[in-house]
Amino acid sequence: MLEIRGLSKSFGGVKATDNVSLDFADGSLTAVIGPNGAGKSTFFNLITGALRPDAGQILLNGVDMAGKTPPEIVRNGIGRAFQVASIFPSLTVEETMLAAVCADQRRAGVTHRRFPLAETRDRAEHAMELLGLASKRNRTAATLSHGDQKLLDIALALVLDPKVLLLDEPTAGMGTEERWRMIDKVRELWEKQKITVVFIEHDMDIVFKIAPEIVVLCYGRILATGAPDAIRRNEAVIEAYLGSDDHAGAVA
Amino acid sequence: MTELQAGQGAQPLEVARIDARPQRHRDLLIALIAFVVLALLPVLFGSKQLLDFVIRCAAYGLFATSLNLLVGYTGLISFGHGMFFGLGAYSFGLMMQKTGVPIPVAFFATLAMTFVVAVVIGAICVRLKEIYFAFVTLAFQMLIHSTILSWQSLTGGDQGLRGGIPRPPFLGIDLSNHLHLYVASCALLVIGLFLMRQIAQSPFGYTLRMIRDNATRASFIGIDVWRAKLAIFVLAALFAATGGMIMALFVSGAYPEFAYWTMSGEGIFINMLGGVTTFLGPMVGTMLFLILNDTVTRVTEYHGIVLGIVILFFAIGLRKGLMDFVVEWFAQRRSEERG
Repeated sequence: MLEIRGLSKSFGGVKATDNVSLDFADGSLTAVIGPNGAGKSTFFNLITGALRPDAGQILLNGVDMAGKTPPEIVRNGIGRAFQVASIFPSLTVEETMLAAVCADQRRAGVTHRRFPLAETRDRAEHAMELLGLASKRNRTAATLSHGDQKLLDIALALVLDPKVLLLDEPTAGMGTEERWRMIDKVRELWEKQKITVVFIEHDMDIVFKIAPEIVVLCYGRILATGAPDAIRRNEAVIEAYLGSDDHAGAVA
Repeated sequence: MTELQAGQGAQPLEVARIDARPQRHRDLLIALIAFVVLALLPVLFGSKQLLDFVIRCAAYGLFATSLNLLVGYTGLISFGHGMFFGLGAYSFGLMMQKTGVPIPVAFFATLAMTFVVAVVIGAICVRLKEIYFAFVTLAFQMLIHSTILSWQSLTGGDQGLRGGIPRPPFLGIDLSNHLHLYVASCALLVIGLFLMRQIAQSPFGYTLRMIRDNATRASFIGIDVWRAKLAIFVLAALFAATGGMIMALFVSGAYPEFAYWTMSGEGIFINMLGGVTTFLGPMVGTMLFLILNDTVTRVTEYHGIVLGIVILFFAIGLRKGLMDFVVEWFAQRRSEERG
């Protein structure tokens, strides 16, 4: 269980995250939405240690992650993928996966053995199969399509066996078809892996279709939380973000 | 990401699937063959000039290849790596002159001293990125160079360590004998290259590649980037110091130029000549550099101009080092053949 308690972060006089408290149940799938500048990415950055919170707690199964470094937080079970695919351009897909498993097994500093280590193969293979990247194992990351780079970014987080997976706009920069393929993949992963998934998304059709739970952020605060039906009829959300109630019947 | 890394990443070529079999034995075999071939050179050619050339190759090659562990594998452009070459030469020379300990003791004591200095300097430098890292390493180099110049009673100041370095025989090896020195230099070169190759091809070597490509992402898969950078900074310093010791034995002294910024500049130049994307690139660059240096110096006193033109040719003409160019050319041909 991931519990956020009174999380706050300011940049100068701007409160990017303002006393946010939320619970993400084990195995839940939650979408975080909100207008630009709502503090969604800052919220992820705080949870994953990219930023230090000014106040608050980030409890993962009761252990406070606030103030820990990204490697410590990753090792505790919170993985993330980025808005712009964050990969290793010169490594192949397979090398990327194998090296990530090495890091997760605390063998990133091993110098007396040759890469790849035999004991890292199964997990790397599994992650590549899961994300549909096995056929591209020998391609360098830089030569992959945008969609495959995003998948590789997710695979990098997933191969570490996280308890919580944070996806920052997994469909950013994709065409309509590719977008739906990606989100189907996210849903499939969530169902197969039984992990807690929290994702930021701007496409409301996608959000309302796949997310059982939605959190709406606005100016760093929680504007609303709840099921899709409740969110799309919430007056405050319509006024601040959705703009109209067109989405009410957009997606069943 | 630097242009260099972008270039590496942008290669539209499929790379061969990773071979799961350990390749260490193959490298060991290559190292042994290389050593035997080098050891046989005096028998086959007997030219003192050639032996001198190989000894200098050993000193510069270890230095340049260790610099490539930082530049090519980790993306840390050090402008101060020469300080460890100088430190190795001076520590070893002074220890031999002042204490009279056996050579192996002085060798390992120098490595221990380099280790301590590299940990202290590295702990400060590797927190910084890109140009800041480059200039702080340069600043430390200038600090060490200034110390060498001003501490005349110990280092001999701008005259260097005078009076020669004593080289008492040990285990039947007499390093005052030119042939013995040659074989010992070759052994150190081959062992050093083998160890660096092992580092580059180990899981740690891939950790370094990840840090070079995307340090932020590396930290988000659980890698302690600072610690990894510090580790490679220290390891590279140890190999550079070994190069310095070979040079000190060769010239039987140590000079401030060994720790001057031009030494680091030459290291960067060698890496540009040979290329940084292949393990042996710096070694090829070393040979090219020394050949160029020796021939051009004989022809004209304006050798700097000629070397500058060569740099421009590689930087602007090829836009890569010689080995990078050759490897890429072969890969391109292979991929064309495959259709």
